[in-house]
Amino acid sequence: MFTQKHLLGIEPLHPTEITTLLDLSDRYAELGRGVVKHSDALAGLTQINMFFENSTRTQASFELAGKRLGADVMNMAMQASSIKKGETLIDTALTLNAMHPDLLVVRHPHSGAVDLLAQKVNCAVLNAGDGRHEHPTQALLDALTIRRAKGRLHRLTIAICGDIAHSRVARSNLILLGKMENRVRLVGPPTLMPSGVSEFGVEVYDDMREGLAGADVVMMLRLQRERMDGGFIPSEREYYHRYGLDAEKLSHAKDDAIVMHPGPMNRGVEIDGTLADDINRSVIQEQVEMGVAVRMAAMDLLARNLRESRASAGVMV
Amino acid sequence: MSLRFENVRLIDPEQGTETLGALRIENGVITADGPADRVIDGGGKYLAPGIVDMGVKVGEPGERHKESFRTAGAAAVAGGVTTIVCRPDTDPAVDTPETLEYALRRGRDMARVNVHQMAALTKGREGREMVEIGFLQDAGALAFTDCDAVVTNTKVLSRAMTYARGLGALVIAHPQEPGLSAGSSVTSGKFATLRGLPGVSPLAERIGLERDLALVEMTGVRYHADQITTAHALPALERAKAAGLDVTAGTSIHHLTLNALDVDDYRTFFKIKPPLRAEEDRIAIAEAVASGAIDIISSMHTPQDEESKRLPFEEAASGAVALETLLPAAMRLVHAGHMDLATLWRALSLNPAKRLGLPGGRLAEGAPADLVLFDPDAPFVMDRTRLRSKSKNTPYDGHRMEGRVLATYVAGAEVFNHAA
Repeated sequence: MFTQKHLLGIEPLHPTEITTLLDLSDRYAELGRGVVKHSDALAGLTQINMFFENSTRTQASFELAGKRLGADVMNMAMQASSIKKGETLIDTALTLNAMHPDLLVVRHPHSGAVDLLAQKVNCAVLNAGDGRHEHPTQALLDALTIRRAKGRLHRLTIAICGDIAHSRVARSNLILLGKMENRVRLVGPPTLMPSGVSEFGVEVYDDMREGLAGADVVMMLRLQRERMDGGFIPSEREYYHRYGLDAEKLSHAKDDAIVMHPGPMNRGVEIDGTLADDINRSVIQEQVEMGVAVRMAAMDLLARNLRESRASAGVMV
Repeated sequence: MSLRFENVRLIDPEQGTETLGALRIENGVITADGPADRVIDGGGKYLAPGIVDMGVKVGEPGERHKESFRTAGAAAVAGGVTTIVCRPDTDPAVDTPETLEYALRRGRDMARVNVHQMAALTKGREGREMVEIGFLQDAGALAFTDCDAVVTNTKVLSRAMTYARGLGALVIAHPQEPGLSAGSSVTSGKFATLRGLPGVSPLAERIGLERDLALVEMTGVRYHADQITTAHALPALERAKAAGLDVTAGTSIHHLTLNALDVDDYRTFFKIKPPLRAEEDRIAIAEAVASGAIDIISSMHTPQDEESKRLPFEEAASGAVALETLLPAAMRLVHAGHMDLATLWRALSLNPAKRLGLPGGRLAEGAPADLVLFDPDAPFVMDRTRLRSKSKNTPYDGHRMEGRVLATYVAGAEVFNHAA
């Protein structure tokens, strides 16, 4: 079951929709490991990637996912284009809409911008990250990675560590993991905790060792230096000392705890380089792999709903 | 010509009463009761002093495409407002006697309500040099305010306040700690975090107010806080009043009738300054109006065109139009049991008139015949496309409202009639 028209965030998703999406992602993960990596689920459809904010990894992942499913994929470097000429987001959306895309993948530096755009176009919109609001495919790929490593996605203790306040990845993850009935801990200095965090049904720690005690999953976040107004932490080295993940701090978690990071990593700032490369603990490379699979599944499911709604509206597809 | 309203419920905020009776007017003023040339049967509806709104932004000079004096005047009378006191946060700011005279002349020529003007406190509202407070006062400026541009330099503010004190001028400030509120578009808390929007702590208002009140104590100026919107700021306000400082406070109709959750899915028509607050704050502020701790309700009418609002939330302009919806929105406070009509009118009409030295807000003999006849219970669904303002950015679009202005009179002349 998956009834969404868009994938704008984790918040609107029902747990069974999450499970449906992850089940399909598993199948696409297998496809990706095969010799022939191609399917025609999106054949004939047009996918446009609009990134108003720099991205290499997410954009490449969406592009590969679309191409593997047979869509015509176009990348638009929005930073260099019309917004520099003063065009508003809505006008950009209407212009693109006139090209009849079927799937629109959008990243934007402002929270809610993707929701706004989705109201103005008649195709499926996928949020590839909006401001500090949500990054749903990242949370889904993290969930898939956890489910494959742990064999389940419920009743796990998961510590999300670092710059929670500026992180859309943290938002989407804590919503998703909460929906799937896990115990979520947020670990970081109080200056990097968002307001009202105690009302989210999570446990908040400012001591890393206490926060990691008994955890099944340790999810590190990038210290988003480019988002900082300045002055959230005294220095990188103090941050690494108190919140950087190293073997000693990780030893407080369960022996089989896995280490995750959405990338790109700042080695030596939030995570010890050796630990990040430890294939027994780190699933960071697997996360990248699952990213493609999850995005294939998400676009496939949205395209099915799109075809259905167009068919019921009598539009030829 | 004389006119007698009969069979009307008279709301007298001065006496705090609501009585069935009659009111006679002649030559633009209220007179002792007696026979008149013409009689209006109010059918048991309510007659009150016209609303005196001291927070109105008109787009003149500079942004006439958003609101002109003509459209603002039409919106005002439809909302039961008979006096608008205009903000100086125009482009350019009203900071010289010349721009003030221009604005007053435009208002007099184009609007069918009483138009008064406030002036900026510092040149260009930049917080560096004080304006010609004396000349501006002579030219008719009722108060001095940089609106939402907080004067951060305390020395500049203290000198402007000291100078204003010497002239008996009223200084209006926007209590907010600008360092904390910089870059924010909503109030911090769970909702802000869920939506990923940068939030400001509600305490930023208290910090701003405490600073201002200390400066009032230092300088002895007459001071008004434009909008108190959080419960945390109330004790400081009450302390200052108890200490005998010449301090009053206002709040906006939006903060009295909406809360932070109304922003919902990034609805930019709910983006205002300061941002909407938690429901507990809304209730505390409504109670403070009822008790008199907060003196004045204003519309903080801020027209914004579609282009300024059809943007991602953080980029969208702040403000909402509110003149025409002021009376029906304020009725929510009565219908919800926060206060009676006489108490409401004290905040809408009597107190702002008193604070600004205007004659309105009363039903006493000799007071101007600025009146509103209304039905507090008439239900309707708000349709923003029918607003008289040039800009349609009301947060109440689609809301069910109760309370309708039937007719509005300025100096005894009917300037609005619902049936017309």
